[in-house]
Amino acid sequence: MTASTVDIALFAAKLGMIFFVILTLAAYLVFAERKVLAWIQDRKGPNRVGPLGLLQPLADLIKLLTKEDFCPIAADKWLFYLAPAMAAIPAILTFAVIPFGAPVTIAGRRVPMLVADLNVGLLFFLALSSIAVYGVAIGGWASNSKYSLLGGIRGLAQLISYELSMGLSLVPVVMLARSFSLADIVAAQATIPFVVYQPLAFLIFLISITAECKRIPFDIPEAEGELVAGFHTEYSGMRFGLFFVGEYINIIVLGGLATTFFLGGWHGPFLAPVIWFSLKTLAFAFFFIWMRGTLPRLRYDQLMHLGWKVLTPLALANILVTGWWLALRGDMMPLSR
Amino acid sequence: MPILSDIKAILGGFRITLAHMLRRPVTIQYPEEKRTPYPRYRARIVLTRDPDGGERCVACYLCSAACPVDCISMQAAERKDGRRYAAWFRINFSRCIFCGLCAEACPTLAIQMTPDYEICKRDIMDLVYEKEDLLIDGCGKDDSYNFYRHAGIAVTQPRGEGVEEKPPVDARSLMP
Ligand code: SF4
Ligand code: SF4
Repeated sequence: MTASTVDIALFAAKLGMIFFVILTLAAYLVFAERKVLAWIQDRKGPNRVGPLGLLQPLADLIKLLTKEDFCPIAADKWLFYLAPAMAAIPAILTFAVIPFGAPVTIAGRRVPMLVADLNVGLLFFLALSSIAVYGVAIGGWASNSKYSLLGGIRGLAQLISYELSMGLSLVPVVMLARSFSLADIVAAQATIPFVVYQPLAFLIFLISITAECKRIPFDIPEAEGELVAGFHTEYSGMRFGLFFVGEYINIIVLGGLATTFFLGGWHGPFLAPVIWFSLKTLAFAFFFIWMRGTLPRLRYDQLMHLGWKVLTPLALANILVTGWWLALRGDMMPLSR
Repeated sequence: MPILSDIKAILGGFRITLAHMLRRPVTIQYPEEKRTPYPRYRARIVLTRDPDGGERCVACYLCSAACPVDCISMQAAERKDGRRYAAWFRINFSRCIFCGLCAEACPTLAIQMTPDYEICKRDIMDLVYEKEDLLIDGCGKDDSYNFYRHAGIAVTQPRGEGVEEKPPVDARSLMP
C-alpha cells in the first residue's frame, strides 16, 4: 500500500465516523430534548419504544420516511425540494473546521482530529452560517403560503440582527489567538480558556448562536403560536425531517464552535480530548434544551432591538477594550504560542 | 436598575425549571398503572335491582327526559300485578357524556353510575348497551331501598301496608 492510499483511507474513515456520529447524535438530541422537556414539565417523556424509549429516534425516522411527501400545487417545485438540503448541508459542512480532539498518530502519520484545518476556518463558519438561512428563506418563499413566507422573511430579518453581533463577538477571540484557524485558536487556550478573558464576548456569542439555530427564545421564523410552523409549514415527511435534523445538527455544531472559541476546545484534565470536547458540546446542547423549557419567545422587534441596540454596541466596546488591553500588555501576552 | 431585575428573573426561571427537572414526574403509566377511582366516580351506567331481587326501573322515562344528549331510550310495559317495567332499555354509550343527570332524576334509584371507566370498544355499535347488558344482580349504592314498598300502591303489598304508610281512610266515615 502506498502512502497516499493509507492517507485516503484514514481520511475516509474519519469522514465516515464524523457523519455517523453527528447524524446519530442529532437523532438522539431530538430524543434528549423530548425527555428533558418532559422532565421540566413533570412528565416522563417517550418511554415506550425499546428499553427506556431509546429506540424512539428509529421510530421517528420510520414515521418520517413513510409519510406522504406533500408538495403544494402552486409551490415552486425545484426550490421547494432544494430548500431542506440548503438548510441541512451548511450545518454539516461547518463541522469540517472544528477540531474535536488532539492529533493522534496512526500508522506513523500524524492525523489531526478535524477534517480541514483551514487557515480561515472562522470566516468559513461565518460564511456558512449566512448561507444556512437561504434554506429558510427559499423554503418559505417556495411554499407559496403566507405563513411560510412570513417565516422566511422573519428568518432573514433575524439573520441581519444577530449575525453582526456574532461576528463581532468573535473578533476578540481572533485578537487573542492571532489566528483564524480553529486549530490555532484551540491551541492558544491550552492553559486558560478564552471565556475567562472574554466573558462578555462569550455571552454575546451564546445569545447569537441561540438565534442562529432558531431556538426558543429566538424561534421567530417558526413561532408555532403565530405562524403554524413558520417556514416549514408546508413540508412533510423526510423533507420536514431534513429541516428538523438540520436544526439539531446546527445545535451540535454551534455547541462545538462555542466550545472551540471560548471553552478551550478539547483541552481538559484527566479525560481523553475527544471526551472533553463531547462533554462541553453536549453541555451546550443541554443548555439550549433547558433554555427552551424556560424562556418565552421574543417578538421580532424585540430581537432586533436586542441585536442592534444592545449586543452590537456591547460587542464593539468589548473589541475596543480588548484592543487596549492587548496594546498595554505589549509583547507580554500570556497567550502567545 | 431594571436590567438587574431582568437578569434575576431569567435566572429564577432557569432555577425553577431545573428544580422541576429533578422532581418525580406526575405521569401515571395508564395501562400498567391504574388509579383507583373514587366510589362516586361517574362512568359506566348500570340498572340495579331492589333488595328483593325485582327490577327497580319502573320505566317512567325521567332519566331519558333528563339526559342532555338523549342517549337513553326504552319502552314501558306493565305486568299483571300492576308493576311497571321496561320492555327494552337502551343506553348509547358512544353519546353518553357521563353527566350523571339520569341517576339524579331516577325516583327508584334504578339507574346508577359506577366507577368502571374502561369501556373502549373497536366497533362503535358495541357501545350501545341493551337491558341485558345494563341490568346487574345487586342493589348498587342504596342496598335497602325498594320503591314499591314506599310507593303507596298495591304491588308488593296490599294498600296501607307499605313502609310508613297509614291504612287508607274511608272517606264516608270522615264526618265532622
Ligand atoms: S350520564 Fe348523562 S349523558 Fe349519560 S345517560 Fe345519564 S343523563 Fe345521559
Ligand atoms: S331508570 Fe329510573 S328514571 Fe329511568 S325509567 Fe327507570 S325508573 Fe325511570
